Amino acid sequence: MRLKNLSVIVAALVLGACSDGGDTEPAVAGPGTTGASAAPTAAATGTVTVYSGRSESLVKPLLDAFTAETGITVEFRAGDSGELAAQILTEGDASPADLFFSQDAGALGAVERAGLMSVLPASTVDAVPSAYRSKAGMWVGTSGRARVVLYNPTQAPTPPTGIDGLLDPQWKGKIGFAPTNASWQSFVTGLRVVRGEVAAKAWLTSFAAQDPVAFEKNGAVRDAVNSGEVALGLINHYYLFEKIAADGASAVVAKNQFIGGGDPGGLVNVAGVGILSSSDNKPAAQTLVDYLLSATGQDYFANKTYEYPLAGGGSPADGLPTLEELQPPKIDLSDLASIAITQELLADVGLLTA
Amino acid sequence: MLAVIPMWYLVDRASGEGWGAVIDEVWRRRTFDLVTRSVGLAVTVTVICVVVGVTAAWLVARTDLPGRRFIQVALALPLAIPSYLSAFAWVSWRPSLAGFGGAVLVLVATSYPYVYLPTLAALRRLDPAHEEVARSLGRRPMQVAVQLTLRQLRPAITAGALLVVLYVLSDFGAVATMRYEVFTWVIFGAYRAGFNPSRAAILSCVLIGVAMIVVAAESRARGRAEVARIGSGTPRTARPLPLGPGRIPALSFVSAILVPAVVFPVARILYWMQTSESELSPLGEVASALGSTLALSLLAAVAAILVALPVGILAARFRSMTVRTIERSTYVAHALPGIVIAISLVFIGARVVRPIYQRTPLLVIGYVVLFLPLAVGAVRTSVEQSPIRLEEVARSLGTTSSGVVRRVTAPLAMPGIAAGATMVFLATMKELPATLVLRPTGTETLALRLWNFTTVSDYSAAAPYALALMVFAAVPTALLGGALSWRRSS
Repeated sequence: MRLKNLSVIVAALVLGACSDGGDTEPAVAGPGTTGASAAPTAAATGTVTVYSGRSESLVKPLLDAFTAETGITVEFRAGDSGELAAQILTEGDASPADLFFSQDAGALGAVERAGLMSVLPASTVDAVPSAYRSKAGMWVGTSGRARVVLYNPTQAPTPPTGIDGLLDPQWKGKIGFAPTNASWQSFVTGLRVVRGEVAAKAWLTSFAAQDPVAFEKNGAVRDAVNSGEVALGLINHYYLFEKIAADGASAVVAKNQFIGGGDPGGLVNVAGVGILSSSDNKPAAQTLVDYLLSATGQDYFANKTYEYPLAGGGSPADGLPTLEELQPPKIDLSDLASIAITQELLADVGLLTA
Repeated sequence: MLAVIPMWYLVDRASGEGWGAVIDEVWRRRTFDLVTRSVGLAVTVTVICVVVGVTAAWLVARTDLPGRRFIQVALALPLAIPSYLSAFAWVSWRPSLAGFGGAVLVLVATSYPYVYLPTLAALRRLDPAHEEVARSLGRRPMQVAVQLTLRQLRPAITAGALLVVLYVLSDFGAVATMRYEVFTWVIFGAYRAGFNPSRAAILSCVLIGVAMIVVAAESRARGRAEVARIGSGTPRTARPLPLGPGRIPALSFVSAILVPAVVFPVARILYWMQTSESELSPLGEVASALGSTLALSLLAAVAAILVALPVGILAARFRSMTVRTIERSTYVAHALPGIVIAISLVFIGARVVRPIYQRTPLLVIGYVVLFLPLAVGAVRTSVEQSPIRLEEVARSLGTTSSGVVRRVTAPLAMPGIAAGATMVFLATMKELPATLVLRPTGTETLALRLWNFTTVSDYSAAAPYALALMVFAAVPTALLGGALSWRRSS
């Protein structure tokens, strides 16, 4: 392994040396990376090992572009964000990973709390609005995803515009949700933060009385809404676009109802990255983080995965309301770490899996 | 040793949280409820698998069922179909199937071969003379089947049933897709939403406890009956029982198994391929994923057999406490979801054997831990069926103990060894969670590609990988199913 790494590094050095002649630009000039304290990203070479909770289909094209531009090889290991967090926590200091690219802020928070992340430079951290990054500067959001009510227009011509609308008797037995899913549990945690424990429990109790239909994951909820098995689905906004990309627009009847006005149902969570303290190539990892926050990276997330760009003031894909228009609830994403309490609450009201 | 590593890690991790936390977790109402649901599901599926598997094996081996050569092979094919794929095929067709019924349907359809194959193998090796004597003494065919044949088959049936129970306890893919909440949901929840591996470890210990009870019950149910054929016996096959008008129900029974277990999932995959909106994956990528899948599966099968041989032979020949403990411990790990085993090996891999971490050797060790019982069970049953007298004769003629194993025991148990190797091979082909965590970076298997596309709901892109997986798993499966019919004549 050492030998292999070494040969990769040597190869990269040689390649780097060759390309230096013609290319005097720094490898990456992302917005917000102009601060004087920025890491010497132009010099980074070698290999960066990424543990990615985001699937290969979603992010590989962007990482390939990164390699083409910087000469840094990406060793890409995909998995479920939570399982990868467990893997990193178990590996501890011995982790071969340089970077953790998570689908969810909670998984990043778990690794941060275990003391396994290193602090990002201020220029990187400041590129992202404070609502979408770690307080301690250990990780940054790379894209935002909004909670929505997905609806089937035939079955629900007038979908609810807030979470209290979901409690209307007409939706009894017609709401799909994914109780074990991290994004649902983040929403419930957000609900607790916004409304307080008592009100949150009251809402959940009423919601449980609506006999919502449990699915294993968001994709299954979406398919059930689209097929009309349920009328409404509580998921993230981009699942709809995934389906359109896979099956064609003609096969998709479901629509997103965005939830605005600070309603807890409109929580905006992030996918994000952090560098592990055990990384043996932090400069290369830093280069990749900055690339993800650069105009190229942010544009990719906006237009290829239909998420919200967070750095550099880019706008979301056509047809999506901007974050300013949405006015998501003002929640410190670090507060979403209290998942254990959320899970107890969910078990209490009979909505699920402790 | 291998099988104990994960358990040692889990207990260590769980107790690291303090025993208070462990007791809190275990005594929760929800833990109890979900364990009850898991056990209920496992018992239901296993009972149906035993009925289906034994009846099918008996029809194929002992009756004049039309087309039985073909049917014998076809009935083994579900081993080539991953349960998560079958579950998704059903739910995407009729979402209303989700729930207990759907979970039972899919789990029976994918795991009855674990009972069918060993039962068939045992039937082929039974001396038909016993049955003929019973019949000549005036017992009716059904009485013979139930009173005599079934009794002799007991070790093979219980061994198969044990695999089914453990498989159902550990399954997450099928029950998740079928939305039937069982205990593995909480374990996955602890990782995926709770980001809490310690909690997952505590919960896994509960599963280990349940598995230990099941394994102990099985060795009790296995009984101590002598099943080896004494003397030379006769190499001929039993004279098939004429079914007469019973053919129609018999054939309907077989179709009632084959249509949901094989025909339907294959048809669904072909349908996905045909409705493809996105581009089909390049053939080269499918071929390379296939290549590494086959290579890894072969390595896992060989390694598992090398480990299983001593354990299986010991378990068949000696009933000491130590031997029983060793054999049982190989089974218990089978009740744990793949991800739990994988995370345990991460612990060892990253700290103790770092040079092979995320390299092929540790991945293969992971497969061995996961699938060892498939090999151990097959080796043990076939060693049990070969007469110990022959080994005694060999030893009395001056052969060394290792010579006896090499020249007498192993050749006699060859069908079982081959069957065990094939089952490990097939299970490895379909394996996902441990592969994801332990594979060398850049290694892609068919199951991994399948997962990659299904996580973004791109089923048409996933379909070629699913098809390749099933077609190439069908070949060894068919060999396994077919090999049992042509007994070498002396």
